Amino acid sequence: MKRFIETSGRHRKIEGWPLVFTILVTLSILVGGIVEFLPLVLVKSNIPRIETVKPWTPLELAGRDIYIREGCNNCHSQMVRPFRQEIERYGEYVKPGETIYERPFLWGSKRTGPDLYRVGGKYPNLWHVRHFDDPRSTSPKSIMPRYTWFQKQDLNFDGIGRKMQTLQTLGVPYSDEEIASAADNAKRQAAAIAQDVVASGGPANLEGKEIVAIVAYLQRLGTDIKGSSASTAAAGISDVPSGTN
Amino acid sequence: MTTHNTEAASGVQANARQGSAEIDINSYNDRIVRYFVLATILWGVVGMLVGVIIALQLPFRGANLGQYLTFGRLRPLHTNAVIFAFAGNAIFAAIYYSTQRLVKARMFSDAMSLFHFWGWQAIIVSAALTLPLGITTSKEYAELEWPIDIAIAVVWIVFGANFFLTLKNRREKHMYVALWFYIATIITVAVLHVGNSLALPVSLTKSYPIYAGVQDAFIQWWYGHNAVAFFLTTPFLGLMYYFLPKAAERPVFSYRLSIIHFWSLVFIYIWAGPHHLNYTALPEWATTLGMTFSVMLWMPSWGGMINGLFTLRGAWHKLRDSVVLKMYVIGITFYGMSTFEGPMLSVKSVNALSHYTDWTIGHVHAGALGWNGFMTFGMIYWLVPKLWRTELWSQKLATTHFWIGTIGMLLYVFSMYTSGITQGLMWRAFDETGRLAYPDFIETVVQIIPMYWVRMVGGTLYLTGTLLLAFNVMKTIAKAPKDLPDPAFALPSSAYSA
Repeated sequence: MKRFIETSGRHRKIEGWPLVFTILVTLSILVGGIVEFLPLVLVKSNIPRIETVKPWTPLELAGRDIYIREGCNNCHSQMVRPFRQEIERYGEYVKPGETIYERPFLWGSKRTGPDLYRVGGKYPNLWHVRHFDDPRSTSPKSIMPRYTWFQKQDLNFDGIGRKMQTLQTLGVPYSDEEIASAADNAKRQAAAIAQDVVASGGPANLEGKEIVAIVAYLQRLGTDIKGSSASTAAAGISDVPSGTN
Repeated sequence: MTTHNTEAASGVQANARQGSAEIDINSYNDRIVRYFVLATILWGVVGMLVGVIIALQLPFRGANLGQYLTFGRLRPLHTNAVIFAFAGNAIFAAIYYSTQRLVKARMFSDAMSLFHFWGWQAIIVSAALTLPLGITTSKEYAELEWPIDIAIAVVWIVFGANFFLTLKNRREKHMYVALWFYIATIITVAVLHVGNSLALPVSLTKSYPIYAGVQDAFIQWWYGHNAVAFFLTTPFLGLMYYFLPKAAERPVFSYRLSIIHFWSLVFIYIWAGPHHLNYTALPEWATTLGMTFSVMLWMPSWGGMINGLFTLRGAWHKLRDSVVLKMYVIGITFYGMSTFEGPMLSVKSVNALSHYTDWTIGHVHAGALGWNGFMTFGMIYWLVPKLWRTELWSQKLATTHFWIGTIGMLLYVFSMYTSGITQGLMWRAFDETGRLAYPDFIETVVQIIPMYWVRMVGGTLYLTGTLLLAFNVMKTIAKAPKDLPDPAFALPSSAYSA
């Protein structure tokens, strides 16, 4: 050690060789990442598969991208930790296998508002519609801003297929038929949610708006682990083709 | 004898051979340093102003102005602006100024330097436009979409090439410790940026990452943690190693310590990322590794702090008259505090309380406002009189900046500690019947609103300090000579060449 660090020692030599120095630095910074990352890819038992976990439906995928666009993850986490107080407050803690279709992951790092991972099925669709229009109408002291434009802006149904195609290339098991019928499928699910909102006494004509997509996404969140039938029932959907949900 | 690409803007005949090839006349490109200094100040004001706005949006939701200016869209703009625009331009100023002098050579190419400068500013502007529009990947500190990611990679490669080719032209055989840290910065930021940004585009404004779920989370925090390490720590340590001894007129405390803490820092830092994912779906072995290396990281971090503070041995009396040294002492002290706090927060039992709360926000701002901010301000107050060849307009105003900034920072940090610990304890509180004491989440929010106001006051004070700096620099430049030729120097041509 002493030979290495003394003023005229061996380290002094490599201070005169920028290329060697740079190579040594590069090797030093690569080790940690490789050792930690490779097992996550190569060792399957790190992320045990859960049979009931399925890819997002087209409408939910569109809703998830709205969640990303609005930066919801800056205030809401999606990661229930295995503590008694969190399971009590939010529900079952999150398993690795539940997250395999999260591109990108949205676990978050700050809870300015509550965790949302198990919010699926917790409230009726109309609750979400009202909450987005004015969070104070459902939680009186909430500091969340209003998202009034969700009920006004049209959802881009035609763009969903392209997104699914990209995800298919990345390995998400969407079939070609599912991609081809993405817009129709999304419109069916949107209509079901819009009907449910009207039936519960909420506003009409939401089936083409962004609000139905984000509600569909939130109603699906964290429900797959209960089995696929539970998740569709919670979201108020009955006519989504099996295999996409 | 190497040839140097040294076309000086001022008309200094670069690399002219005097008579019999025995003397080289050369010059440093200081114009580019002036550019980066001005950009640092401009983006500092912008980034901190956005910070104050989002701080206001939490206790006062009326400050969420319509679709494009909600907290969710502005928060990434704030973080990107202060990290990549404010701190980014500051480290480029530091690197361009000090590298030329440490290797006794002009930057390899003036064109590449200018491309780096304007390319980087264009990236910042595109971030300021796309983030409010909701064009985002959602990955923290890597929110920019793929076309901008490619632009970042290109600009960074040009910057790296310019830097390494300058090293090749050096006339000092041995690289000073500041340069080691610059090398680590350039290499690692490139690796992290490319590694975390790999994605498949859907359109010009949307892409999906090649990683999913647990793997995506790991890669993101490998990146996110090491952005702190190699964008906000190593280049600032390099800055410290050059500018602190200059300002204190004392040699660095220990050469051996600098070797030991440099190599241990660059090796250990990379492992620490998973501490951002304690108790999540990331496998436990990975978070335990992350925690262990985070605790180990305490020592190399304090090696840097000790080497900095001990450099002032026998020079402490200079603090009274030097706003530069005052800034550095607070900066290095906050570096020491946040690099103690970081390992502590990474310990799982502490993290169980602190994670997801404002404690994390307090922690990063101790580092950002204290270490990055004050090291930058100290550097600017030292550099501006040299770059513009005139005295600083007002020392008094600079000292006022120091005090306002320090008070603002303390208000910020302590309000966030209070808010974070309060809320963390409320989340986990059970009543005597075994039920959650605060089952409504909103109860825990209402409790901390007063702290949000204190934080906003603290942030506003800190921003005010930065505005004083901007005003002081403007006034200084106004009285600077019109003609600012690049500083020239002569060296015997027998001096070392690589």
